[in-house]
Amino acid sequence: MENVILRAEGITKVFPGTVALNRANFNARAGSVNILVGENGAGKSTLMKIIAGVEQPSDGKLFLNGEEVVFRSPIEAASKGIGIIYQEIDLCANMSVADNIFLTREIAPNNVINFRKQRQITRELLLRLEHDIDPDRKVGELGVSSQQIVAIAKALLQNVKVLIMDEPTSALSTEEVAVLFRVIRELKNNGVSIIYISHRLEELLQIGDYITVLRDGAVQAEERVSEIDVNWIVEKMVGRSLTEFLPREAHTSKRPVLTVDHLRYPKPEGGFIVNDVSFTVHSGEIVGLYGLMGAGRTELFECLIGLHPEAQGDIVLEERAIDPAMTVDERIARGVVLVPEDRQAFGIVQSMTVAENITLASLAKYAHLGVLPGNAGDADIQQSIRDLGIRVSASNQLITALSGGNQQKVVLGKALLTAPKVLLMDEPTRGIDVNAKSEIYAIMNELAKSGMCIFFASSELKEITALSDRVLVLSRGKLAGEFIRGQYTESELVKASALDVAISIHS
Amino acid sequence: MKQQFEKRKKPMDIKLILLRFRTVIALAVIIIIFTSLSKTFLTIENILLMTVHVSINAFLAIGMTFVIVSGGIDLSVGSIMGLTGMIVGALIDVGIPLQIFGVVIYFHTWFILLIGLAVGAGIGVLNGLVITKLKVAPFIATLGMLYIARGFALLSNNGSTFPFLNGQKGLGNMGFPWLGGGSILSIPVPIWLFALAALIATFVARRTPFGRHVFAVGGNERAAALSGVRVKSIQLAVYVISGALAALSGMIVTSQLVASQPATGTSYELNAIAAAVLGGTSLMGGRGSIGGTVIGAFVIGILADGLVMVGVSDFWQMVIKGLVIILAVAIDQVQLKSSHIAAIKEEKKEVEPVTNSVS
Repeated sequence: MENVILRAEGITKVFPGTVALNRANFNARAGSVNILVGENGAGKSTLMKIIAGVEQPSDGKLFLNGEEVVFRSPIEAASKGIGIIYQEIDLCANMSVADNIFLTREIAPNNVINFRKQRQITRELLLRLEHDIDPDRKVGELGVSSQQIVAIAKALLQNVKVLIMDEPTSALSTEEVAVLFRVIRELKNNGVSIIYISHRLEELLQIGDYITVLRDGAVQAEERVSEIDVNWIVEKMVGRSLTEFLPREAHTSKRPVLTVDHLRYPKPEGGFIVNDVSFTVHSGEIVGLYGLMGAGRTELFECLIGLHPEAQGDIVLEERAIDPAMTVDERIARGVVLVPEDRQAFGIVQSMTVAENITLASLAKYAHLGVLPGNAGDADIQQSIRDLGIRVSASNQLITALSGGNQQKVVLGKALLTAPKVLLMDEPTRGIDVNAKSEIYAIMNELAKSGMCIFFASSELKEITALSDRVLVLSRGKLAGEFIRGQYTESELVKASALDVAISIHS
Repeated sequence: MKQQFEKRKKPMDIKLILLRFRTVIALAVIIIIFTSLSKTFLTIENILLMTVHVSINAFLAIGMTFVIVSGGIDLSVGSIMGLTGMIVGALIDVGIPLQIFGVVIYFHTWFILLIGLAVGAGIGVLNGLVITKLKVAPFIATLGMLYIARGFALLSNNGSTFPFLNGQKGLGNMGFPWLGGGSILSIPVPIWLFALAALIATFVARRTPFGRHVFAVGGNERAAALSGVRVKSIQLAVYVISGALAALSGMIVTSQLVASQPATGTSYELNAIAAAVLGGTSLMGGRGSIGGTVIGAFVIGILADGLVMVGVSDFWQMVIKGLVIILAVAIDQVQLKSSHIAAIKEEKKEVEPVTNSVS
């Protein structure tokens, strides 16, 4: 165990009512990528917050370069060279790149900011990260990956020795992940110790040098990444192997339920975000939609559910046309419903209870003459909770008290309660733990078996290939390929997703 | 399994209970203090009188609650009161003169009341359209309407009042003063209307899809839209409710005075917002209740009347009102935080990690 720059020893953290960490040991080595994995609630975030000084341990010690240290605040940790990039990027969207990087560390002799100097250093930092981002651009105008780079640059300015990255790729496309990995490798070569948290297991194998697995607040295993594989990680995390998670029987039905013809969604500045897309989804079929960030996956779903009345093209559901002007509620009544990508922004109403969220899209069903009975939907709510395995102590609990996976199941429950014929799911397992993922997969399988059409988008290749009867690939708004289960390789999907124009349609 | 969900008893922290019923407790404390300071405070006549005062603000506050819960704000309600009062006054006093035919149209009192409500609702429609179609922020849109409506109220009779709203027997427009001054079963009419409005509003907020949609739009507009909630219709509707209730309040004040004054209701919007906020309505939207707002209106109203009765000066009254509002919202924040922590604790304690999928 050479080169350990930061060592956490016997860390215990007790919150009122729970033990988040139980005598956990963790080593971060200089010049390497130290992976930390574990299900949601395993204690990863708590451990990172303790290392970054956000929380203080109930027991245990931190050693930096062999010396014991105590961080009473994030500022103290930062002054010792520990940086953290949070899952939700914490930059000010309304301020420029340079302003963000220098926030609280402004170069301001006599309290007057030297913008020229800040701009210059910003540019140097960004070039070091191989990114030519204009220091004067507003952060809000940048893409997620560029924002990620800015956050890293901000950490570099502090001269970090240990950089914690919490799910840095959850919003990135394969291409952008590659760029990020290059940056990580460069940091590593400069001797920085990276602590890397992610749910994407294959990614961990690619980038990691050492791996530590947490389960229920305790360390399960620590190993060199070169010695292990995905199944090892999953087994350590949950005690099961990945293949058990994804059973799928062959799909046979040929009865078309949803037919989309020449769907186009124009950009305000000209061109199309969704460009002349046609496809059919059959009864009981799971169709996967693959594509890079910005390929138009989310927009395609939004067109189908009715968020963009300006979209053109024919949508036919169960042999009846859906008029472009049809509103969301009319489309839901016809049997299309969307489980959106961004759970917090589009999925849940944070101020409402679990029960109120589940019934939100189906209230008309429970109202008699415009009045909701006191027990509106109670039976259905309880059934959703049971069927989907939503872990709540009571249905009148606020939804924000639930974990991400359980919130996602509530959003799914809300969608299913509308009795859809076509279930659209945009990144249905983003940011949720392995166990919840496998549960969602099982639910999708069951639903398809019962005859529902499932059309889902994902940037995880494993998810797409394991679940889909058929995969559609979008590239720059165009359909760039169609692949039947068992008749393609993952690299074919990736190739198709990077096409500029649709060339080949496999069948 | 079902039993387990329904029958489970919630062990409640005493601190949480106190925090939750803080407004009721505050009201009780105020009543106890004033009762001990003034012999006439807790008499039936005084209670009825104070409740009539409270009702004027309560109508506005109930409408305001719908607006705030939906994520908006309505600053125009005070001006709507004034304008509605003037229009009603004009219809009773001078009618609608049709000079070509040399006749003057006078409406029946009931019809005039309906016109008054329609004026308020109509201004609400305008507010709603400006907000949903022109995408003007609710604060700005209704601030503009505050000036416009007040301006028209002043223009309507050149800044003067319409006095003598008793009507004339031959014209069928008598009886308007009954709205604010009459009684049924020796309880003043405004109190009946107040009770009715509070009951209907509670019912609408809690037991109709519309009410649920208002909460959803205020809680997360985009999630509501994707769930099929017609966000814009909801946003329009809350301003219509607010406008109509403001009109009712304006007509009651006009009726009590038996005269229309263009300045009626000036700055009443702030009292309405204060009542809603005191009652636990969050200015961020998504959270609030009609019951809370009604209690909030009582706290503000009784505080004002009680302080007058025990002889506290106007100036100190304002200071005290301001302190009460800030204190109430500060406590509200504490309550939110502690009940959220309690919920999370409970979640962690009670939920056993059992894997269970579709069966």
